[in-house]
Amino acid sequence: MNSTLSAENLTLIRGERCLFEGLGFALSSGELLILEGRNGCGKTSLMRAIAGMLSLETGEVFWNQRPVRAQRQVFHGSLVWLAHRTGLKGDLNMLENLHFERSLRQQSARDVESVYSRLGIERLRKLPLRSLSAGQQRRVALARLLLADVPLWMLDEPFTNLDREGRKLVMELVEEHLAGGGLCVMAAHQDVEINAPTTKIRLQ
Amino acid sequence: MSAPNAFQPGIFSGLWATARRDLLLAWKRPGDVLNPLFFFAMVCTLFPLAVGPSAEQLEFSGPGVLWVAALLATLLSLNSLFLGDFEDGSLDQLLVSPQPLPVLALGKTLAHWLTSGLPLVFVSPLLAITYRMPWSVVPIMMLTLALGTISLSLLGSIGAALTVGLHRGTALLSLLILPLAMPVLLLGANTVSLAAGNDIYSTGVWALGAYAVASLSLAPYATAAALRISNE
Repeated sequence: MNSTLSAENLTLIRGERCLFEGLGFALSSGELLILEGRNGCGKTSLMRAIAGMLSLETGEVFWNQRPVRAQRQVFHGSLVWLAHRTGLKGDLNMLENLHFERSLRQQSARDVESVYSRLGIERLRKLPLRSLSAGQQRRVALARLLLADVPLWMLDEPFTNLDREGRKLVMELVEEHLAGGGLCVMAAHQDVEINAPTTKIRLQ
Repeated sequence: MSAPNAFQPGIFSGLWATARRDLLLAWKRPGDVLNPLFFFAMVCTLFPLAVGPSAEQLEFSGPGVLWVAALLATLLSLNSLFLGDFEDGSLDQLLVSPQPLPVLALGKTLAHWLTSGLPLVFVSPLLAITYRMPWSVVPIMMLTLALGTISLSLLGSIGAALTVGLHRGTALLSLLILPLAMPVLLLGANTVSLAAGNDIYSTGVWALGAYAVASLSLAPYATAAALRISNE
């Protein structure tokens, strides 16, 4: 199914500072949106605003041409969110963490074992996440993307803590997702080499 | 292991999932559960030592002391209700989940009550002995404590959600919650006193039940709204 994500006239003011004004974009299946800019320029705020966690001063975000505000559950059922803080519990092991994720949104029919081995986390399943390295924890968090059956991936700095192979893996995964008709919004301050139609927004 | 075939979670799977995860976390970190329980037991055992062992005085003050200690112990444990989730990003995951947020908040509050309120209820008979409470009154005290702590957990979750973004919000949380918690304290303590004095106490139990039901039906929505506001 072809999906679209678009926004019109977004303005966000935090405190006294206007982070962005009159911002808009349109994204459809197979396309990638990259948010660029130096630290503290509002990439994360824009991501959170698109996901509906921040209220905007003006403007509207649309999912399949309908305002997100009017269909919050449908929209949230169509996205996965991966940010700097992984949202995983350090005291629980990988399986317990992923089991929780599973009960939140629709799951893909992918083979779980092949997802684990693709991410290189198949041997970590019984260890508490606290005892893993930051990069390994991030790899576990990436499993959220592959296990969920949703069109929209929202990735805020997905390369944090990952080694070179890990970064390459993320780019491959995003590329495959887009090739399969998915959409991706990504905030990144590194060079991203993903072979897909890309829109870039540079925040000041 | 075969993959779940396009599994679609139902409306209550979010409730069970959050409750189950928080119970699992409590199981792995028993200190968080034991702290409020120790606090409760300490206050209740120190009080008779301080005021003296006169039977009359203890019988008179017992219900009040037990109830104040239970209230404070619950307040003490509320601060951490959403804090861990806020710090590790799980709260964002709950906010962008397609599951209704009030249901997820209710799941967390349920786990909170099971790990903070319910243990108090089960420990309270031991402490009631210290205050020479008649055995016939003990079940009534347990019932009122159970109903009261449900209300306190639910009302407290609103305060915890509002103060989650603030550092050291404990004092503010207590201030926010106390006015709502006052009726619970008054009803609870007085009902137990009435029962101990062989008076009619059932009105108090019903009122506590009504308060618990009202909290149960309204608090999750307020908590969800508060979570969205404090995560802006």
